[in-house]
Amino acid sequence: MKPASFTYHRPGCLDDALGLMATLGVTAKPLAGGQSLGPMMNMRLARPEHVVDLNDLLELDFVRVTDAVVEIGALTRHHRVATDPEIARALPLLAKAAQSIGHYAIRQRGTLGGSLVHADPAAQYALVAITLDAEVVIRSARTTRVVPAVDFVQSIMTVDLAPDELVTAVRFRRLAPAEGWGFEMFSRRHGDFALVSVALTLRRDGHGAISNLRLGVGGVGPVPERLAVVERDACRLAADVGTIAVLARQAADNVTPEDDPQVPANYRRELVEAVTARALTAAVLKTESPS
Amino acid sequence: MTEPVSISLTVNGATHDLVVAPRKTLADVLREDLGLTGTHVGCEHGVCGACTILIDGAPARACLTYAVQMEGHELTTIEAVAKSGELTPLQRALTQVHGLQCGFCTPGIVLTFEVWLRDNPDPDEAGVREALSGNICRCTGYQNIVKAVLAAAAEMRRGAGA
Repeated sequence: MKPASFTYHRPGCLDDALGLMATLGVTAKPLAGGQSLGPMMNMRLARPEHVVDLNDLLELDFVRVTDAVVEIGALTRHHRVATDPEIARALPLLAKAAQSIGHYAIRQRGTLGGSLVHADPAAQYALVAITLDAEVVIRSARTTRVVPAVDFVQSIMTVDLAPDELVTAVRFRRLAPAEGWGFEMFSRRHGDFALVSVALTLRRDGHGAISNLRLGVGGVGPVPERLAVVERDACRLAADVGTIAVLARQAADNVTPEDDPQVPANYRRELVEAVTARALTAAVLKTESPS
Repeated sequence: MTEPVSISLTVNGATHDLVVAPRKTLADVLREDLGLTGTHVGCEHGVCGACTILIDGAPARACLTYAVQMEGHELTTIEAVAKSGELTPLQRALTQVHGLQCGFCTPGIVLTFEVWLRDNPDPDEAGVREALSGNICRCTGYQNIVKAVLAAAAEMRRGAGA
């Protein structure tokens, strides 16, 4: 339970970090909050020759909110995402997701970029990013590129990132004031990985019916997925208890979780139904006009 | 370098010049190089919370941090929580309601909740239990720990109001 030997680098700014990544390539691992890489190194599942510590890159710890976009730096800690008043206003769905990550002490260190690059299939940020059509900003010494989250997260712990590249920020479209949202998850223990998690947003048309549903489900496959069929079929349905039950059932019918000895596929599918219903209910309640 | 490097660590207000291998975790350096054995090591992968210390005032797992990373940061361990031998309201409450039991998990709980209670001065039981989920007690007697945190919160509110 002790990490293997490595050479330690502590760049003082992003350009220096990118220079190191360009030189060291596949022999290096960038270290952000260390709340996933640390355990992997302690268990020797990861044995990088070089560790490039990103914790001094304070230029990557930021929250910028404009009329349309919430852009968050890759080194922003979960605790800040969970408690930042601007994020709470512009993107409360993300704040709620961040509040559910690990534990209080873990959230003080873990980062947005680190979690997204680690790409655990049950992780919160990838689910929210894919559900909200977020974009991932990637830098290297060579170039800057912007990749839709849905393309960035490729498979279990596999993302579209070259060895010399670093994620520097994530851009989310902010929620409209009239947009309802829900984030719900089920895990066996507090702070543990979700067996199933659901993120969604919806609007109501002039007659109060559902429009523009975006529905993402995590924990049921190698990457979080959008349920396009349910999103389409929800359009124009009355926002009532019956519709919620139908859509939740449909969500469960549209996932194909793998059977595993501890979590049978059928159990996970039933969880999708229950958790989706909870998230839909929360979102619909948020769109009930108080006037 | 994978070879030992010279670093300077600020722990509980004192600065120490050390030579450590980069792979050595902060928990091991605190215990083995500085003799601060109040930081306990349980699971070594961030789950149990026994090694929780403060980095610049924020709780963090010392087993998921390398000592080389900590140059330029202020570290606080359990040894410095009581000031001049006087226990904090949280420490007092833990002793008064038998919240220590074997005591192994206690340092991590104290450091986590000294900060958490500042963020959450008027918590309810559910909130305390949720926060406590980051610290595993293998005596499994969470009841008295929850009681102690709630009692400490009440005591601190009285202190702040006085």
